[in-house]
Amino acid sequence: MKHEGAAAAGLHGFVAAGLRLVRTTAFRLALLYLAMFVLSVGLILGVVYRTTAGFLEQEIGETIALEVAGLQDHYRNYGLPGLVDVVRTRSAVANNNSIYLLTTAAGVILAGNLSGWPAAVPNASGWTHFKVADYGGVTDRPSTAQAVTFTLPGQFRLLVGRDMSEIDQLRTRMFRSLGWILGATALLGLGGGLLMSRGAMRRIEAINRTTRQIMSGDLTDRVPRFGGGDEMDRLAGNLNAMLDRIERLMTGMKQVTDSVAHDLRTPLTRLRSRIELALLHETEDPEVYRTVLQDTIVEADRLLATFTALLSIAEAESGAKRQDFVPVDLAEVVGLAADLYEPVADERGQRLSVDIRGKPVVHGNGQLLAQVVSNLLDNAIKYTPDGGSIALVLDGPAPGRAACIEVADSGPGIPPDMRDKVLQRFVRLDTARASPGNGLGLSLVDAVATLHGAKLELSDNEPGLKVSLLFPPEARR
Amino acid sequence: MLMKILVIEDDRQAASYLAKGLKEAGHVVDVANDGKDGLFLAGAEHYDVMIVDRMLPGRDGLSLVQVLRAAGNDTPVLFLSALGSVDDRVKGLKAGGDDYLTKPFAFSELLARIEVLVRRRGAAQPQTRLSVGDLELDLLSRSVKRSGKAIDLLPREFSLLEYLMRNAGSVVTRTMMLENVWDYHFDPQTNVIDVHIARLRQKIDKDFPTPLIHTVRGAGYSLRAAEA
Repeated sequence: MKHEGAAAAGLHGFVAAGLRLVRTTAFRLALLYLAMFVLSVGLILGVVYRTTAGFLEQEIGETIALEVAGLQDHYRNYGLPGLVDVVRTRSAVANNNSIYLLTTAAGVILAGNLSGWPAAVPNASGWTHFKVADYGGVTDRPSTAQAVTFTLPGQFRLLVGRDMSEIDQLRTRMFRSLGWILGATALLGLGGGLLMSRGAMRRIEAINRTTRQIMSGDLTDRVPRFGGGDEMDRLAGNLNAMLDRIERLMTGMKQVTDSVAHDLRTPLTRLRSRIELALLHETEDPEVYRTVLQDTIVEADRLLATFTALLSIAEAESGAKRQDFVPVDLAEVVGLAADLYEPVADERGQRLSVDIRGKPVVHGNGQLLAQVVSNLLDNAIKYTPDGGSIALVLDGPAPGRAACIEVADSGPGIPPDMRDKVLQRFVRLDTARASPGNGLGLSLVDAVATLHGAKLELSDNEPGLKVSLLFPPEARR
Repeated sequence: MLMKILVIEDDRQAASYLAKGLKEAGHVVDVANDGKDGLFLAGAEHYDVMIVDRMLPGRDGLSLVQVLRAAGNDTPVLFLSALGSVDDRVKGLKAGGDDYLTKPFAFSELLARIEVLVRRRGAAQPQTRLSVGDLELDLLSRSVKRSGKAIDLLPREFSLLEYLMRNAGSVVTRTMMLENVWDYHFDPQTNVIDVHIARLRQKIDKDFPTPLIHTVRGAGYSLRAAEA
């Protein structure tokens, strides 16, 4: 009982697997190909059969016609007895395929190896087919005969024919082998189709497994590649690239969430306690409240600025802006930013030198690029001591790059081991946070650089910091 | 300057804050809480300016303004939106908006912007010469004179002064200057505009008894003649 159940379950599983296989696109395609293949094989075999069988029949017809002509000659030369003799002699030959019948007009048999006139040809002359066995004769094979009948002068009737059993046999053999060929074709095609679709299904199943894994929350899984670079491999490659991108986005999101939790909570708490304290501290003086409210607005504005910066970074990191990239004249972007910051540097006694070489144009977002240059200048001015110098350089194409924007200052610089760290959100080297800023400036620069496929390099300006933004050649878009 | 303003904003609390602030600034305010009412009021009454939230239930702000523009209504429109990217801004202006302000905003910013919008509508034909008090700016020769004395300005200083003079008498915020003179639609971290204004003052106001450029606390700057 138990055994039977297991067997049934096994069978059920097998049937289910079969059904699943039948439902696959690959299998259906294989089936379609198979049908077409079988049809064409059938067509070819049909033509071969018709030509072969038809040729044989024609051959026999010609032989009979020749014999009839011979017999007629004989009758003309030797009369009825001569003809009867010949027919008798020829009918008596063993293993003869020939059929003869010579009768009087009334139907009395004079010679031959048939027991009577075939029903199909009562009186007329001409070609006929009949079953040999029904009319006795030399052979008891259930074969058909092809014969010609005609009337001799003197109202004698003569039938000359050939037993068609050999041709029938050939026909049967041909039919049988054609059947075998068709069957084998169908079977092989079906097997091949099943095998092919199973192969395809295994690979799709691998993709499905990965997808399920990812849906359950594990973003690190990847679709296996089988090598060979066919379309399935390309699909797997694309899926993996997509997954990489999604994972990057998710990581970015998580970072934003973490930073929001960390660096927005602190000022929000400050804001809240300031208001709370003002309320606790009862006073009649409206000036006290006014001061608190003004401070609150300043704090809120700072929060909003941080929030806006975070959103800009997230937006740049998502890569969504890449869709509306346009050609951007970097000389204009750099010139405008220099123009905006020159008085600021001047006010601090810093020398801002601007060197624009050429007019490189890159594919990008003008506002974000302007913000990048403005952030870099802002940083340079902020961290360079009064009287220092800042150099802003825009250079055109060189091997391996389409353009380069460089901002070098004579400030304290960034130690090599800290250079990666300052690109992270909210990281400021100035731990006392004496200078204004939210620690997001370089993060945005980094995000925008990545968005444009550009390389951001921090190096030693000896002394000071040199930030270089290297745009790739305009090959890929 | 008294203005009749239509506020189309679905958030009732935000709408009532807006109305309250605008009334305190001396304006007359009507409020519509959805696109349908907004469209009706805009068609029935004459307003100096409309403040339209970009995302409204039913008919959104963009299509509302498109309908109004198609019907020949050319009342200045300022879009308010929580969507702050440059593309959103461009979409708003393409739909027929005259200015675009991202939420949250300082009330002084809003006031300054609608005033500039309404005044700009008043100044019809393009001018080649601007003058405020004894200050004259010639757009063709790109020269500036005050009390007949030529003042030498750098190209960007000239553009900044031109913008201030075109909006003479109105308050112009730092953001407005960044947007219109530099085409920067983001706020640089440092108050760069203040430095530029300080420079401009050196050239325009320093050698003259009456200053023309005035600081408006908590809002921005205003260029106006002494008793205009």
